[in-house]
Amino acid sequence: MLGWELPPHNSGGLGVACFHLSKALAMQGTSIDFVVPYAAEHSAIDFMTIHHATNVSPLHKFGMGAYDSKFLSSTIDDKETGELHTIRDIQRRYSKFVETLVQKNDFDAIHAHDWLTIEAGVRAKQLTHKPLIVHVHATEFDRAGGHAGNPLVHEIEYHGLIMADRIIAVSAITKQIIVEKYGIPADKVEVVHNAIDPQSFDVSYEYDDRTYRYLEGLKTEGYTIVSAVTRLTVQKGLVQLIRAFAKAVDKYDRFALLLAGDGEQRDELIRLAAEYGISDKVFFTGFVRGKQWRDAYSVSDVFVLSSISEPFGLTALEAAHHNTALIVTNQSGVGEVLNSIFRYDFWDVDRLADQLVGIATSPALKESLRKNVSHEYARISWNDIARQCASLYSNVKKPAGVMA
Amino acid sequence: MKNRGITLYLHVHQPYRVREYSVFDASIDHNYFNDPDAFSDHNNEKIFRKVADKSYRPMNALLEKLLATHPDFKVSLSITGTFIDQALAWAPDVIDSFKRLVDTGRVEIVAETYYHSLAFFYSRSEFERQVESHRAKIREIFDVETSVFRNTELAYNDELAQWADTYGFKGILAEGWDPVLEWRSPNYVYRPEGTENISLLLKNYKLSDDLAFRFSNRGWEEWPLTVDKYNSWVESSIYDQPLINLFMDYETFGEHQWEDTGIFTFFEDFVARWLDNPKNTFYTVSEAIDTHKPVGTVSMPQTVTWADSERDLTAWLGNSMQHEAMRHLYALEGDILRSGDDELISDWRKLQTSDHAYYMCTKWFTDGDVHAYFSPYDSPYDAFLYYINAIRDVRWRLHETHRIGGLHG
Repeated sequence: MLGWELPPHNSGGLGVACFHLSKALAMQGTSIDFVVPYAAEHSAIDFMTIHHATNVSPLHKFGMGAYDSKFLSSTIDDKETGELHTIRDIQRRYSKFVETLVQKNDFDAIHAHDWLTIEAGVRAKQLTHKPLIVHVHATEFDRAGGHAGNPLVHEIEYHGLIMADRIIAVSAITKQIIVEKYGIPADKVEVVHNAIDPQSFDVSYEYDDRTYRYLEGLKTEGYTIVSAVTRLTVQKGLVQLIRAFAKAVDKYDRFALLLAGDGEQRDELIRLAAEYGISDKVFFTGFVRGKQWRDAYSVSDVFVLSSISEPFGLTALEAAHHNTALIVTNQSGVGEVLNSIFRYDFWDVDRLADQLVGIATSPALKESLRKNVSHEYARISWNDIARQCASLYSNVKKPAGVMA
Repeated sequence: MKNRGITLYLHVHQPYRVREYSVFDASIDHNYFNDPDAFSDHNNEKIFRKVADKSYRPMNALLEKLLATHPDFKVSLSITGTFIDQALAWAPDVIDSFKRLVDTGRVEIVAETYYHSLAFFYSRSEFERQVESHRAKIREIFDVETSVFRNTELAYNDELAQWADTYGFKGILAEGWDPVLEWRSPNYVYRPEGTENISLLLKNYKLSDDLAFRFSNRGWEEWPLTVDKYNSWVESSIYDQPLINLFMDYETFGEHQWEDTGIFTFFEDFVARWLDNPKNTFYTVSEAIDTHKPVGTVSMPQTVTWADSERDLTAWLGNSMQHEAMRHLYALEGDILRSGDDELISDWRKLQTSDHAYYMCTKWFTDGDVHAYFSPYDSPYDAFLYYINAIRDVRWRLHETHRIGGLHG
């Protein structure tokens, strides 16, 4: 399996999805070699063999995560060798590593995640004639937030999608993009939604109301806490979220907005909140992990997934697990697996504001949304998804043992 | 001697659906029911015109034909006030065709609440006002008096029957639900528990629902339903009993079951087939009661409706959103009536129509079976949101225009 990150060295959902998928596959008897582009300990992973394609530190530390192609031009400084790397250098080294690995090991299928590893996947297929499965968690169209995105990345994606024997899309929305924007035949693409594994959350977790003590204080005064746990980037539709929030506040002022996460858009959002005169109601936490991350969900009454283009949106399921009401854009794949939610188009700030005010002013509505989505969010399990993948491997060619 | 009759009763109704009424409309735009978007699923005029073409016009034409062809054919109709108001505005010819039916003297109009509301369960005084205004409307349009009562969604209990008895109705309609009837058959006239004069007619739900729900269901083992087959079921159900009460939505014909399912020709042929047997006839609800004495007493202390497998009110009053919406609505009664503002009172009453609460039902929604119920909204939560925003505006009008009440958020 060709991936770009795994927890705890991930900066978002791709690493989480790869982790759970691999684990469920391994539990069902698939043997997996998983290649990451960096060198770091994964002490919690004993169900598969992890290969490190380079000796550089986990890339997210350098803003070279899987979510942004802008870093194509940026460089990182390799402490050990003193060399300077671009993302293309890392990808080239990743591919070289995979080439050697696949020629030394036997396996049955190549499962590559997103554009960063697609080239390596294609090389592995060319060298071994094994089937290539490309798993699309996001396309360049999604990452660019409605803009054109980087032409080089498009080119790599297009080539990989053409070369793939089968394609897995994490939602019908993503499949539609693959078919319409990349011209891939629809019958080559299978929709396999992501899932959430409630057992993977630390069971000893208990909400600590001191983490966001100020927000808890507001709640006792009748405030409704709206949150987004997200990278602060254009794809996530946060400008529209803040505009809608300002409109909602105009109708009903007992609101606070918690933006948990970091990203290049942070300063712009802070400025925007000030322009609307709601700075005292918008809370920027910066990047959160662990307890702060989970408490951000727990303190919230409503979670908004405001993305302009979101292939899936695992955070919505995580929020549901922490008992929040959900509002999700029609442009987010996670909406395909949930019923008891509010939906809106990412540009429709009036509708979002209306939904926020409705929830804040009606305990029955808030409780109904919370309670009913809690019966839905865990309906799909990673075991189901692993079974779908395993059957895909065996139908593409012979069964068992995935590489690369 | 004709001693076995079908009592066919059809319920005619359209609600005023609330448009996508947002919190930004509240206190600014008091129009809740007229969607400016001519193509929207909440555009009441669009829906009314569509159903008029698919159901009201062809079915009334068929009923007229059947009345002309068969001297023994009869039918009873309940027509809500909200239907009449919409028909007068958008399809007056439909009202004319109903008038022609009533003028034959073989079509009886059944009494109910003007607004197809659940007022009986919230406010007895408001309930009676709506029964009165419905009777007045029927008198005005059709020049007839009503004497048999049915409550919204056939929601019935002993208390309702006792009310109707005291009020002076001679009959009342309810679901013939097995757990209540036990060994008894719905094919007789009964007397409601604790009443003096009123008679109870019970829906034969098996034979009614064969048409209303199952007729076009290709997954049903009895599909396709032929006239022969259905007639044999009716014959064997009635046997030596006096009545088969077929109660259903009028819109079964042409809207719930589309014309291409064959429902119209099926019905026409079935009426002829049933009347081929010299022992068979049709009754209006009043005739059924006048012709047959009650054979026993039936008690329904708990409310029974004609909906779902539970036959209760949970589709309308089963979750906290529905309770909250109704509570807020009926809490305004005193203030609304005191305002003397006819337009405001009318809007408040249109919000009482039970369909609004039904659209907020979540009981099938969470099972993922979102198509199991009909709603013009994307979700029950949307239905609730627009509705509550409309109630906010009603409060605002009371407060701003009449200086009554508070805004409560």
